[in-house]
Amino acid sequence: MSRHTLSVLVENKPGVLTRVAGLFARRSFNIHSLAVGPTEHAEISRITVVVDVDELPLEQVTKQLNKLINVIKIVELEDAASVQRELLLVKVRADASQRTSVLEVVNLFRAHVVDVVPDSVVVEATGSPAKLEALLAALEPFGVREIVQSGTVAIGRGSRSITDRALERVSRSA
Amino acid sequence: MVTGPHPAPPRTPAPSPTAVPTPARTTPSVSEQVTGAQSIVRSLEEVGAEVVFGIPGGAILPTYDPLMDSTRLRHILVRHEQGGGHAAAGYASATGRVGVCMATSGPGATNLVTPIADAHMDSVPLVAITGQVGASLIGTDAFQEADIVGITLPVTKHNYLVTDPDEIPRVIAEAFHIASTGRPGPVLVDIAKSAMQSQTTFAWPQEISLPGYHPVTKPHAKQIREAARLLATARRPVLYVGGGVIRARASAELRALVDASGAPAVTTLMARGALPDSHPQNLGMPGMHGTVAAVAALQKADLIVALGARFDDRVTGLLSSFAPGAAVVHADIDPAEIGKNRTADVPIVGDLREVMADLLPELAREHAQHGKPDLEGWWKTLDDLRESFPLGFDEPSDGLLAPQHVISRIGALSGPEATYVAGVGQHQMWAAQFIRYERPNAWLNSGGLGTMGYSVPAAMGAKVGEPDRTVWAIDGDGCFQMTNQELATCTINEIPIKVAIINNSSLGMVRQWQTLFYESRYSNTDLHTGHGTKRVPDFVKMADAYGAVGLRCESKADVDATIKRALEINDQPVVVDFTVSRDSMVWPMVAAGVSNDKIQYARGISPAWDRED
Repeated sequence: MSRHTLSVLVENKPGVLTRVAGLFARRSFNIHSLAVGPTEHAEISRITVVVDVDELPLEQVTKQLNKLINVIKIVELEDAASVQRELLLVKVRADASQRTSVLEVVNLFRAHVVDVVPDSVVVEATGSPAKLEALLAALEPFGVREIVQSGTVAIGRGSRSITDRALERVSRSA
Repeated sequence: MVTGPHPAPPRTPAPSPTAVPTPARTTPSVSEQVTGAQSIVRSLEEVGAEVVFGIPGGAILPTYDPLMDSTRLRHILVRHEQGGGHAAAGYASATGRVGVCMATSGPGATNLVTPIADAHMDSVPLVAITGQVGASLIGTDAFQEADIVGITLPVTKHNYLVTDPDEIPRVIAEAFHIASTGRPGPVLVDIAKSAMQSQTTFAWPQEISLPGYHPVTKPHAKQIREAARLLATARRPVLYVGGGVIRARASAELRALVDASGAPAVTTLMARGALPDSHPQNLGMPGMHGTVAAVAALQKADLIVALGARFDDRVTGLLSSFAPGAAVVHADIDPAEIGKNRTADVPIVGDLREVMADLLPELAREHAQHGKPDLEGWWKTLDDLRESFPLGFDEPSDGLLAPQHVISRIGALSGPEATYVAGVGQHQMWAAQFIRYERPNAWLNSGGLGTMGYSVPAAMGAKVGEPDRTVWAIDGDGCFQMTNQELATCTINEIPIKVAIINNSSLGMVRQWQTLFYESRYSNTDLHTGHGTKRVPDFVKMADAYGAVGLRCESKADVDATIKRALEINDQPVVVDFTVSRDSMVWPMVAAGVSNDKIQYARGISPAWDRED
């Protein structure tokens, strides 16, 4: 099994996420993370899905996704040729005696404190999955009280845009 | 489905028929003020639908009012939504046109799930229109509410929930387009009652815009050349013909390819009739109950050219041991089928008609350059197998009628122009084996989903689509009891189908497996309908109760006369109760999950073809 990041451009219509997620479940494909959001074009949404799957099943995933009427385009983003980020919010125990140490870790990882109360702080961090893992490990000793983490979002490096051609399609058929 | 104790909700008064003039189909761009319900009916008319199989109920009720006035749409009131769905599928499979069924919300819609799933597995173009509760009630567990869009997501090619009446024409146009193009399949359109009752503007869309839907029909020239090269040089080629050839209406091209290549062809359960059985290169059906020659041809091939087939487990047997020495050319309109089960050496995505039309000149060029391949040794092997292991059957030892004899006589006396529609089980396999199919769409059955109860309603739909053909439902006593209520629909609407119940008084195929794999412990397979039983129900009386002619045949001597009598009755449905032996089994057989190499010609008899090598 290896990890693959797929960018799936879909029509911005109700129920599309269900179609995509349902397909993964139905065909026994494992979703590692999923993130959905708007794009520069109002009619297109972008789903970034990270799957744990071998090469051949990955081809099947892509083909099955392509069969969904609302799916416009699928691009696999290779690690080396793309920027991949997750967002992490973590609530860490930090009273007066520990706060300075916690802030040191936060600064070291170029993260931010977004909420402070006398006995804890909420830290916001973005980065690659590996960086966030390291940050969590560093915060662990202070006492992690709550974690919330987004799915991976990813974009290809360089000037090419994967939405360009999809946009042509949408405007042509509009 | 009838609405329960709830009072009929208020709805906009139906305008008189003259208020909605039906414009000629040549002026589709006219916009007019109508209700959503009228817009549904107008849309179905514009898209060219002729027949709708359905049942009204609360949420679809507004649509049934203008439907009553439509002169272009014939609505056939079925007795169960499942019957309506299979009838639409039978209509579609027999004619190649999109079948349409209609149901109300909740239980009406859920009753359509089986025929929709069935159509999805067998790539049948089907549009199902369901009523949904009013938009403001959706999600509140309202009376007769079911999330039918959610329920049918995995079994439709696409589906829609419409709450805005303005969307109705576009959605229905798209639904028919999606159902009938690319790999055909079912599309469900769920329309909220509030949308049917609202005023809207009817405007038929001038074009379909689906940015994510572009089926590839034109095959890649390079792949075609490579396929031709392989086919021209293989020593043991076989054309593995699937139901896609029939859906693509590519029988003529297939015939030309078979003739040009000289290669043997096998026609799967879904492809019976795609190539005439009388063609000398047709080895018959491959798979679990295929002919020895067809199974051997695939197993021993050095090249398999798969045409609209999907390497289903019922064809391949144990996949890892399937056709170990074969290179694979796989042509299909659905890219996801290619390489799904078996890796393709030459993948070809395209419409099979175009694929084969392009393949022919390339093959001719290969032949011109390198000569035709010598297939004599290959044919010798296959002909020996055909001769040694022809399809056949033993007379049952209990002295009762042989089901295979009945089915083969029905085929012989009704001829190749008749349409044969089977249920699922032993009778289905025998009908696939012992009737000679000479044309596409002469054979309809539930191949992928294996839906018991398909036969009677699908035969009804086929007869509606092609009223001049003799249509036989070849059914089992188990299957028949699942959907025979549609005999009422047939009688009332003058749809004179003929039903042959191959009555072995049991769930025959399950019983066969119990005989073979469960030490003849017959757990819950006895149906008490046949010879020497109380006959519950008595199928002849039942036919009579439905206003059909009921006949019974119990001996070999009466078989031909009974079939002829049934063939003479063309003004009402006929049901023939052929009481047959329950001990007859379907042979040859490859047991589930084992290698095709272990095919048994009859119980305990294996061809052991590898000894010849």
